[in-house]
Amino acid sequence: MFGSERSLSYRLKRDIIQNRELYILALPILLFYILFHYKPMYGAIIAFKNFSPAKGIMNSPWAGLRHFKDFFSSVYFGRVLKNTLIISITQLIFGFPAPIILALLINELRNRAFSRTVQTIGYMPHFISLVVLCGMIKQFTSDSGFITLLLSHVGLKKQTMLNQSGLFVPIYVISGIWQNMGWGSIIYLAALTGIDPELYDAAKIDGAGRWKQTLYVTIPCLLPTIIILLILRTGNILSVGSEKIILLYNPAIYKTSDVISSYVYRQGLLNSDWSYSTAVGLFNSVVNFALVVTVNKISRKTSEISLW
Amino acid sequence: MNNKIRTGIGERVFNVVNILFLIGIMGITLYPMLYVVFASFSTPGRFMMHYGPLWHPLGFDLASYQAVFKNPNIWNGYRNTIFIVVVGVAVNMSLTLLGGYLLSRRNWMFQRVMVLSVIFTMYFSGGLIPFYLTVRDLRLDKTLWSLILPTAISTYNMIIMRTAFAVIPESLEESAKLDGASHFVILTKVMIPLVGPTIAVLVLYYGVGHWNSWFNAMIFLSGVRSKYPLQLILREILIQNSLNDMTMGTGMEDREMIAETIKYAVIVVSTVPILCLYPFLQKYFVKGVMIGALKG
Repeated sequence: MFGSERSLSYRLKRDIIQNRELYILALPILLFYILFHYKPMYGAIIAFKNFSPAKGIMNSPWAGLRHFKDFFSSVYFGRVLKNTLIISITQLIFGFPAPIILALLINELRNRAFSRTVQTIGYMPHFISLVVLCGMIKQFTSDSGFITLLLSHVGLKKQTMLNQSGLFVPIYVISGIWQNMGWGSIIYLAALTGIDPELYDAAKIDGAGRWKQTLYVTIPCLLPTIIILLILRTGNILSVGSEKIILLYNPAIYKTSDVISSYVYRQGLLNSDWSYSTAVGLFNSVVNFALVVTVNKISRKTSEISLW
Repeated sequence: MNNKIRTGIGERVFNVVNILFLIGIMGITLYPMLYVVFASFSTPGRFMMHYGPLWHPLGFDLASYQAVFKNPNIWNGYRNTIFIVVVGVAVNMSLTLLGGYLLSRRNWMFQRVMVLSVIFTMYFSGGLIPFYLTVRDLRLDKTLWSLILPTAISTYNMIIMRTAFAVIPESLEESAKLDGASHFVILTKVMIPLVGPTIAVLVLYYGVGHWNSWFNAMIFLSGVRSKYPLQLILREILIQNSLNDMTMGTGMEDREMIAETIKYAVIVVSTVPILCLYPFLQKYFVKGVMIGALKG
């Protein structure tokens, strides 16, 4: 009672004295977050300046919204935004259902040993590093690669596939499914084992066959997991990572493969256009944040499922 | 009755189709990896002339492996990567355990502020360029610390850790407190022994993350080749096609031939350690995904 009437600073002082050790232990954690998360957030103000490393963040002259205007009026704005969206949405349409279907099929297996084998092999590609995966893609889809050769039977040109702008998105998405479908199914398999067997018994008594059981028991039980992951994916629709793009693309196909993050990397780190690239990155961060918050709000209203 | 028989047949057909389909999926998953292994053991000349799928090594030649093992860059890369993994995971785990513990303590005022400011960083960041400039200002670039300190805590993993601590009954902590134990002692002597499985999972996650990472090394270590981790050496060989120092000493024609099989041998040499460990560690990884899911 007395405590709540006293001022915040007084209570804080008392708390620090009382829990001195916790505050001391928190210092390294705080230091980490300040140095590597909050300091870069502060550093993002160079998006509104003409930053030069010699002058530093404080002393570089202000530029207002110039860099943002430059970006929005350049041809790159439409191009990288479009590519980011196309890659994200294609990934969502094909990559998102793949692990769900795989998990449902594995769940229908009656032979435990076979089911385990499918899982063990299915998770494997997840552990292949991105550099190695992209190296494999480059080899297999080169003009003499076996995938190029196989596809030449169905009318594809016998040329390096990664030099053909129309093939970048399919290569990116399909290799992603190959690498992550099995791993992605784990979470659904976990949710499937959590389903109460009595629900199936009840459905059987009502005369439901396996198909109907899947439709009316399994899928509704998976729905919360699916929705949560869908929220996450939709919130991240404008954040296609730069790593795999940078490993796979080349100037000949920038038109279809350059995304926001790879553009930021090139302009910033390769061309040292610090302020401009920071502005592009900040635009991306702000839009991503707004998307996550919005999608989460909508989901909380409609389905009472939310991230926080 | 009639109905029942029909579903019986339908189910059997489904079972067979399902099994065949999953065998197909396994084939598609395994084949690219098998191809790499077959190609790596093939005689360079015969592989060069071959087009299309491979079902076994073409001939048998260890020349590509010899070239890989003779290459000092590979060894150096391996050494750097092992350093990054060992020291990196030690730093990761110390801070993640500490942070997870602090976030799970409820009776101090800073807790809520800390939770919010930590979670905020999961959804918003200053972007690549300010991050790069920050690390450079700290003079961490061109050192292996640039691959360890800026990624010392994964917020996601720290929250998994927090969840593990939060479910430990308070009574255990209370009795230690009555004995006059400090928080540091409670954390190291009481709490850590109780969260072994979560620690195993996070060690694996951080370890694989360090092993596979290359982007930060590319931006922070550019120009300092002696510090390149394995993945950057691989990038030079696989993505940028620079094999010059590896094929040195062979004639021009041989050089072109062996260049192809070397790439496959390099993949095997760099990936086998992880893929061999993986079946033994599978249950921990799988557990990790589930812990993460519970939190969500």
